[in-house]
Amino acid sequence: MSQSNRPQFRVVGHDVWRVDGRQLVTGAPAFTDDYPQRGMLIGKILGSPHAHARIKHIDTAKAEALEGVHAVLTYQDVPKARGPIGRRADLFNRTPYTRAGQDYPEPSPWDYFLLDDKVRFVGDRVAAVAADTEEIALEALERIKVAYEVLPAVFTPQEALASGAPVIHDEPDVVHVKDPKRNLCAGIDVHLRDVAAGFAQADLVVEHTYHVHRVQHAQMELHTAISYFDEHDRLVVICSTQVPFHVRRQLSMALGLPIGRIRVIKPRIGGGFGGKQEMVIEDICAALTVATHRPVRMELTRHEDLFAARCRHPMRITMKTGVKREGTLTANEMIALVDAGAYGSHSPTVPTNTGNKNLPRYRCPNVHYKFDAAYTNLSIAGAMRGYGTPQGAYAIECHMDEVAEALGMDPVEFRLKTTVREGDIDELSPHIYEVKTQAIQTGWPITTCGLPECLKQGAQAIGWNEKRQAYGRSNALKPVILKGVGMACLSQGSGVAAIDTANATVKLNEDGSVNLLIGAADIGTGGDTVIAQIVAETLGIAVSDVVLYTTDTDIVPFDSGAYASSTTYVSGNAALKAAEEVKDSILQIAASLMGEPQGQLRLLDRQVVAASGKKLPLREAAMHSIYVLKEQIEHTASFVSPVSPPPFAAQFADIEVDSETGQIRVVEFVTAVDAGTIVNPELAAGQVDGAVSMGLGYALIEEMVFDEKGRPMNKGLIDYKLFKAKGMPKLKTIFVETYEPTGPYGVKAIAEIPVNGPAPAVANAVKHALGVRIFDLPLTPERVLRALGKM
Amino acid sequence: MKKLTMELQIKVNGEDQVFSISPNDRLSDALRRQGYLGVKTGCYTGDCGTCTVLLDGEPIVSCLMLAAQAQGASIATVEGMARGGRLHPLQEAFLDEGAVQCGFCIPGMLLSAQALLNRNPEPSEDEVREAFAGNLCRCTGYERPVRAVLKAAVRMRGAK
Repeated sequence: MSQSNRPQFRVVGHDVWRVDGRQLVTGAPAFTDDYPQRGMLIGKILGSPHAHARIKHIDTAKAEALEGVHAVLTYQDVPKARGPIGRRADLFNRTPYTRAGQDYPEPSPWDYFLLDDKVRFVGDRVAAVAADTEEIALEALERIKVAYEVLPAVFTPQEALASGAPVIHDEPDVVHVKDPKRNLCAGIDVHLRDVAAGFAQADLVVEHTYHVHRVQHAQMELHTAISYFDEHDRLVVICSTQVPFHVRRQLSMALGLPIGRIRVIKPRIGGGFGGKQEMVIEDICAALTVATHRPVRMELTRHEDLFAARCRHPMRITMKTGVKREGTLTANEMIALVDAGAYGSHSPTVPTNTGNKNLPRYRCPNVHYKFDAAYTNLSIAGAMRGYGTPQGAYAIECHMDEVAEALGMDPVEFRLKTTVREGDIDELSPHIYEVKTQAIQTGWPITTCGLPECLKQGAQAIGWNEKRQAYGRSNALKPVILKGVGMACLSQGSGVAAIDTANATVKLNEDGSVNLLIGAADIGTGGDTVIAQIVAETLGIAVSDVVLYTTDTDIVPFDSGAYASSTTYVSGNAALKAAEEVKDSILQIAASLMGEPQGQLRLLDRQVVAASGKKLPLREAAMHSIYVLKEQIEHTASFVSPVSPPPFAAQFADIEVDSETGQIRVVEFVTAVDAGTIVNPELAAGQVDGAVSMGLGYALIEEMVFDEKGRPMNKGLIDYKLFKAKGMPKLKTIFVETYEPTGPYGVKAIAEIPVNGPAPAVANAVKHALGVRIFDLPLTPERVLRALGKM
Repeated sequence: MKKLTMELQIKVNGEDQVFSISPNDRLSDALRRQGYLGVKTGCYTGDCGTCTVLLDGEPIVSCLMLAAQAQGASIATVEGMARGGRLHPLQEAFLDEGAVQCGFCIPGMLLSAQALLNRNPEPSEDEVREAFAGNLCRCTGYERPVRAVLKAAVRMRGAK
């Protein structure tokens, strides 16, 4: 359905200023570090210098003797059993938990301990210090003497899974790790019908292996937490998180405090991108507060944030595809070998998405998806925008270009022939999905699909047909600057079906304004603003009439948090439901006040308007309810979706490659995306721009590099390169709007999908320019020159 | 608590001030402690640009300067941009264009843009991108911030 066909709205579909915009452009207090507490100590972590070691002995006496040091915590303070081993045995007990911010019980293994006598990657926690100043804390770290027994380490999944490899999680108390003795953290192996039969029917079988590397979120705000006990001796943690309610529950687990004694406050967040779907420092910061009974602030350094927080899972992915001459797929197989890093955060679910959010995009009767995620002694992989999808998208989209080429077909034409359509059933997801709702068991209906239109409009915007031919002709003359145009098509989800839960409370004030209390965690995406738009649309009021209070676990109702592109679809649906209940209550009162049947009333421009033309100001209905009826109109609604309708996109890159230096320059980048109804076009387009720049970084310049002992080589943002303003190509975004019946006002999701396509689109353009495939990311000048036979 | 043993005479957003500082305070630390929370810190190594302020009109990264070195200097922070409750045209344009996402880098970008428009009221798109050379942003891909600066420049020229 195109934009002109979908219902027209008053607030939804229009640009409004962000509800937090004024605060953010004036430098008003907004972020965790803007809320210091009186008498606050500085917390610092001693990171391991070794990739794999056992702590034989640790001496903290000299650190503790330093004036201004208030606590030094080590594994000795987290004893394995209650007893006299630890000095603070009364405070902490060893409990396995996960720091992955997911609904309970988390699918991620519980393989983490507050502090342990074993370290599993360079930067892993050895000790934590709280001191009066940063200088004293840093000096205290230097005074801690640690004797390590250095253990052999493994840095690739292949090494990790080889027989005789050192066992990274040899502790007996880990919970639901697939096979800890083999370093196998997680894995699945699922079949839709029979790929062997499918390959046998094929005219052509194409098989290649692709490799994607380790990158990091590099959000501008470092991981920061401030913890303290309030006047009622409850633990308060202000933190930069995407998942306040999961942090509260996991803090309870790690520290042994009841949930009711913990309050987590999420202020504005300076970018998350999945890196904050994780309790990276809140547990250890709060532990220092428990140990000192003082407020503690902890902020990672940029170097720690790069290497001791989380990163994207590196993968080696083998694609094997059987196809008929005319272009229909008979079998599609994806096998991924995944580097989980030292702990299993999100490692059962991220690689699940690698197959689940990519394979169903192609119509194919026989599908096989398998992954093995292995522990290694490197930085912990976790959630990152796209959540496994970009890795699979790189492999499958490069591969589909290879298949199209083998058939002699144009890549766009091939996608138009082989990708899903509205009304198709995704038969694969039921086989690999975590929770099996009824909708999932019978296959997921694709209720809306703008993919064909995305392919057509995107191709037109980039000048696909003309450039494909013109560049092909000019490249044949072997100029210094080779040109290419490439594309990829993508899909994602809208929240996690049957799991992601949202609640919203809407309360009507006397003047017709409303308070919206919602657990959704806006991490910079504009989630609060679009949810306010949904409420304003429903109640016939302005966005400025919606007073938001978000995410203080003491005040707002539960929400799973900001991840899986869930905020607008899942939390937006909860807000819509609560607002509709409020609307119903208002109309009931108005019907009696106006003497009109309720069914003839609607809300518009802060008034109740009857079909007869009679009007009642909303404020009068509100005053009547509070001062005459003595009843507050307030409703709380819960929402969980049985489905996760996929948004679709097609992305196109126009590039130049300098055949002498190997340098790739992206000249123009087009995204055509079907995310259902677009609630706020400027903010949605901003999501696309940012995702594209992150995706281009993945394709070209970002890479976490380690030496042969697993020590990080990048020093910080000086050599972990992000795109700057000057390097960005011309960006164009096209919204192909559909109307998703299960979404609030027809929405699907936008935040993640555009990060998936830049790497394969650029790689396919490089293939067009060079005539040679580069299988591994990032597409460095060195790899280009090798591909050209010049190195 | 840190021992604050020095006095720093400094002009911030046009007002003369005296800060008590420690000799090893970064300028960004001193400004934040004094309540200028629009000065963000994202790396402390001068790479991200979120701590950008104007020193005598020129953008600098305040994490790489010792507060003591700013003796007698005139500093502009984002808090000084809105006047009498009215947003600066750059701030308005950033909100109109959807140029703000998480907002962490925005104060630094606004100040880099202000310095640019002060010396060049009619910049090209390329000059705006050049002016952001010291400002990293992970959310916006710079597209909308660049558009916002160009739009504000037009509005500010029109207002003159």
